[in-house]
Amino acid sequence: MTDRARLRALSNSTCIVGVDESDELGTLPHKSQLTLHVEAIHNAVRDAGLKVADIDGVFTAGQHSPATIAEAIGVTPRYVDGTTVGGCSFIIMVGHAMVALHHGLCDVAVISHGESGRSGVGVTPRRDTALPGQWEAPYGFGGAPTYFGLITTRHMHEHGTTLEQWAQVAVSTRKWAALNPKAKNREPITVQDVLRSRPVVWPFNVLNICLVTDAGGAVVMTRAERARDCAKPPVYVRGAGEGAEHVALTQMRDLTTSQATRLSGDKAFAMAGVRPADFQHVMLYDAFTSGPPIMLESLGFCKPGEGVHFFEEGRATPGGTLPINTNGGGLSYTHTGMYGIFPIIESVRQLRGECGPRQVPGVRLSLVNGMGGMLSAAGTLVLANQT
Amino acid sequence: MELERPLPHPITPEARPYWDGAREGKLMIPRCTACGKAFLYPRVRCPFCASRDIEWIRASGRGRLHAFEIAHQILNRAFKVKTPVVLAMVELEEGPRLLTNLVNVEPDPARLRCDMPVEVVFEKQTEEITLPMFQPAGGAR
Repeated sequence: MTDRARLRALSNSTCIVGVDESDELGTLPHKSQLTLHVEAIHNAVRDAGLKVADIDGVFTAGQHSPATIAEAIGVTPRYVDGTTVGGCSFIIMVGHAMVALHHGLCDVAVISHGESGRSGVGVTPRRDTALPGQWEAPYGFGGAPTYFGLITTRHMHEHGTTLEQWAQVAVSTRKWAALNPKAKNREPITVQDVLRSRPVVWPFNVLNICLVTDAGGAVVMTRAERARDCAKPPVYVRGAGEGAEHVALTQMRDLTTSQATRLSGDKAFAMAGVRPADFQHVMLYDAFTSGPPIMLESLGFCKPGEGVHFFEEGRATPGGTLPINTNGGGLSYTHTGMYGIFPIIESVRQLRGECGPRQVPGVRLSLVNGMGGMLSAAGTLVLANQT
Repeated sequence: MELERPLPHPITPEARPYWDGAREGKLMIPRCTACGKAFLYPRVRCPFCASRDIEWIRASGRGRLHAFEIAHQILNRAFKVKTPVVLAMVELEEGPRLLTNLVNVEPDPARLRCDMPVEVVFEKQTEEITLPMFQPAGGAR
């Protein structure tokens, strides 16, 4: 069996059958992180028309072990995965769940996220700080904007991209948020609003940076034959890919091209047998306005330096030819810290045609791509509403 | 005297020559004797060719500003240097990149550009710790 045939055997073998958020999103000091998980799982399992007792594969990243999640929902899983490589971990886990389901290691998988990013209920930093503590903190580095800004100024230097162009990403994404009742910030903004908003870390003002919220989200998956009996139309995982390049930004080979993103996309596209031009809908992890354009470039949707054109020419905005971040994104809808579960949820809702005023007409193929850390790790999904 | 910055912590054993050098005003970096490439952060094995044969050399202290930001607020409360502060990634002449601050310069995006030549300066924090920082080549602007 060739490598390509092995990849292709996974394509369309599994489906996403349930998605949902926690009961509320936003500022939730009255809810523990575990509660955000439990609510999201409860809601997503209901969305699938399944029972929590059906879950035998548990996947989560971040502050909790999958064993904690299984315990909290009262199941005894026979498959667990706690891969934590940043916010894209949940996107990567769709691929991991696909493999586990395909090989019969579990039958119903749940991928769960719950994070009190804003209120900090029960949040503890618990990791090896030897590298950032020694090489970064003494100079004021710490917090994502102080790293992603370096990627951004280098991109401006190499490709001539401008503050106005980054601002267009925020403006476009806010237009989508205006159509999503669950989005936190829904008032329209202009390029000038972005440029005049509070400076944080140049080249970023506050409107170039994602929200910080409390929320949970969950995704339920099963094999395709069982998916057809679930409550909602199945969404097929046609392709999935992942990659990891660096953690410390000094180790990234080229600050303006993410090897992790490229690898994840190449693998997902090969598995699915598709090209960038085949998609009608795209979800990208927008922690910063410069992220989505750079991701489009690394994924091969355009040449280096041209990603911003999708936004400034209106292609990504409501009514455009390639709608991007139709939930309002991390910039305007919600961003807990590890945002990756939410673009999957939106992609599934678009493919089912559930999105009301923000529904993209005729979506058959949707792309989800997310980063972990500073373009350090990445996951890409090709999702479809037919085989 | 109250410290303006969090000190590097923990100092890891494999990085000791870097910090000992900085205290003496020398920018010391590890180099692989097999492939000849220098690298940072310090590791016990070459990240390029897998050799375990590592020596320490004194870097010239010259490099280029690879990328930069101007921080108007700092999240870490232990960092008390008055903002705006220029946060920088410098690529040393010898190849490795490091994160640092660009000092003795106007924190104005119009005065800074990627790839401008920079040189190391040493800022003593305590008897034990001196931090390498960088300024535009040829001194203050």
